[in-house]
Amino acid sequence: MKYVGRKLVRLVIVVLAVTMLTFLLMSLLPGDKAIAIGGPGRSEEEYDQIREQWGLNDPLPVRYLTWLGNTLTGDMGVSSAFNVPVSQLIKDRLPVSLYLMFYGLSLALLVSIPLGIIAAYQANRPVDRVLNTGAFGLLSVPNFVMAVLLTFLFALRLQWFPAISEYVAPWDDPVAHFKNLFLPVVTIAIGEIAVFMRLLRSDMVSTLQNDFITMARAKGMTSRHILTRHAFRPSTFSLITAAAVNVGALIGGTIVVEQAFALPGMGNLIVEAIARRDFLVVQMCVVVFSIIFVLANFFVDLMYAAIDPRIRHARALG
Amino acid sequence: MPEPLVDTGPETGIHAADQILEFTVPAAAAVIETVDSGRPRHRRDFVMWLAIGWLSVLTFLAVFADYLPFVDHYTTVFPGEYKQPPSADHWFGTTKIGKDVFSLTVYGARLSLLIAATAIVLGLLFGGTLGLISGYFRGRSDAGISMGVDIMLAFPPLVLALAMTNFTSGRIPRAAAVIIVLAILSVPPLTRVVRASTLVYSNREFVIASRSLGAKNGRVIFREVLPNVMPSMLTFALTGLALLIIAEGALAFLGSSVAPPQATWGRLIGEGRTELDDAWWISLLPSAVLFLTVLSFNLLGDILSKRFDIRESSL
Repeated sequence: MKYVGRKLVRLVIVVLAVTMLTFLLMSLLPGDKAIAIGGPGRSEEEYDQIREQWGLNDPLPVRYLTWLGNTLTGDMGVSSAFNVPVSQLIKDRLPVSLYLMFYGLSLALLVSIPLGIIAAYQANRPVDRVLNTGAFGLLSVPNFVMAVLLTFLFALRLQWFPAISEYVAPWDDPVAHFKNLFLPVVTIAIGEIAVFMRLLRSDMVSTLQNDFITMARAKGMTSRHILTRHAFRPSTFSLITAAAVNVGALIGGTIVVEQAFALPGMGNLIVEAIARRDFLVVQMCVVVFSIIFVLANFFVDLMYAAIDPRIRHARALG
Repeated sequence: MPEPLVDTGPETGIHAADQILEFTVPAAAAVIETVDSGRPRHRRDFVMWLAIGWLSVLTFLAVFADYLPFVDHYTTVFPGEYKQPPSADHWFGTTKIGKDVFSLTVYGARLSLLIAATAIVLGLLFGGTLGLISGYFRGRSDAGISMGVDIMLAFPPLVLALAMTNFTSGRIPRAAAVIIVLAILSVPPLTRVVRASTLVYSNREFVIASRSLGAKNGRVIFREVLPNVMPSMLTFALTGLALLIIAEGALAFLGSSVAPPQATWGRLIGEGRTELDDAWWISLLPSAVLFLTVLSFNLLGDILSKRFDIRESSL
């Protein structure tokens, strides 16, 4: 528990550091913030009023603390580009991206785990060779190329799915929800599948060399039982680590994929906000993304202890 | 003065992961290596030469694009030949304003490769230095650098790239902005890789021997540690090159790389996307070229890492 507490403190520090860095970056950027917020073509008094209202005249640390305080108490300000509260924007856009990431990650794990186990079990046999080569090829397909390719094949030629996805809430119309998200989710998942499968395979191959596997085999257990019950759990470290580290790539993936399929999520929002110099929105998006990333890493860290008792003990001692 | 081995820097999720992997993997790595090289050697060599061949052809085209008779300048427009499918005249077809897609792809190769290569060299320079410092000296400089790397990695890379290229547009050339951004993005992972292998080597006997003979830190780093860290650095640089080509492509796809009429692969793919229905070649043929290039770099990286026996897990 002490360990978890220490981790949580560290987590908060990293998030704070990211917000600070974002704030610093945003304030270093060229251009008059008052014009960016109020739009061009206003009178000097109006700009002064905006400066006063947004506290642009205060020194940087004060501005940061004001922003932090406001954000923590739920007041994220009003978006200059969209003219709605930033909190409203985030509330509208975040679910789309979360669905996208969640489905993408789940699909990737669902496909890569069985494939990884098969590849490890059949190591260096034809099945493994084919899977390995396939994964290697997939690793070299960037997500934007995959998006274009899938759109071409399944949306334009076969017309199974829409080329431009809309967001439909699952409780409104589950079929439309999945139909619209299918191609974006597959695009995101495919890249991850290759990474996960290769990692699981190589960990699994080494686990299978262990004495306790030989022991299990000697006891006459079925291969299936050995693979899923004995070998799988200790082989998941790299997989889980990669899943967490890849959340960064996942976020980047959602930006590209949302743009490619015109999905109104966070990725789409941040691209628009950057293009229209909406600093508040950009800042908030970055904060949300970082929190997702840091939380994912935090949970993975806890997972290690859940998977491997040795780590639990080491941590309890240290 | 390096501290004892047990201290491997500040404890974060990712570092803890490193430690665990280092505990579980080493014994297995040897096993995997022998198992994997079951593939016939000559076939692997053949694949390697294919990759090298493709990259050589591409580099040749990119470098001499201006002088080759079958490559038109990227500003050349063929009036009346809009959205022509691939033919003997236009190997990759033409765009909706009548430009030759093959020529655009060749000029795209020039920019894409130049941007990625410059960025990775800069990244190696800075990331390598930081990694050597934090891995060799440990202690406070290591804690600081590792913390910085953690923060950088918690920052969504694509967002940083988008923000920096967009907000600096008009002040510095777009290509330069893209190079700087990609270099910045490649520093943290390279720092981490170099740090990891520096940690290993700076405790090896020959390094300790060199130090006990009175060698100064600078000499130990450059003569003893660096040559050993080099292979993993270069291998990751090859993979990094592939990643940066993709990253530049993604930026261009989102409309934030070089400005028209200059073309990179990502721009061609992104802009051809709207014409996908009746002119698939504009987007898909450059995609194929991009894929083959990235695949070649990945293959070479993979082969090199097997030859130098570098573990993927140190990422």
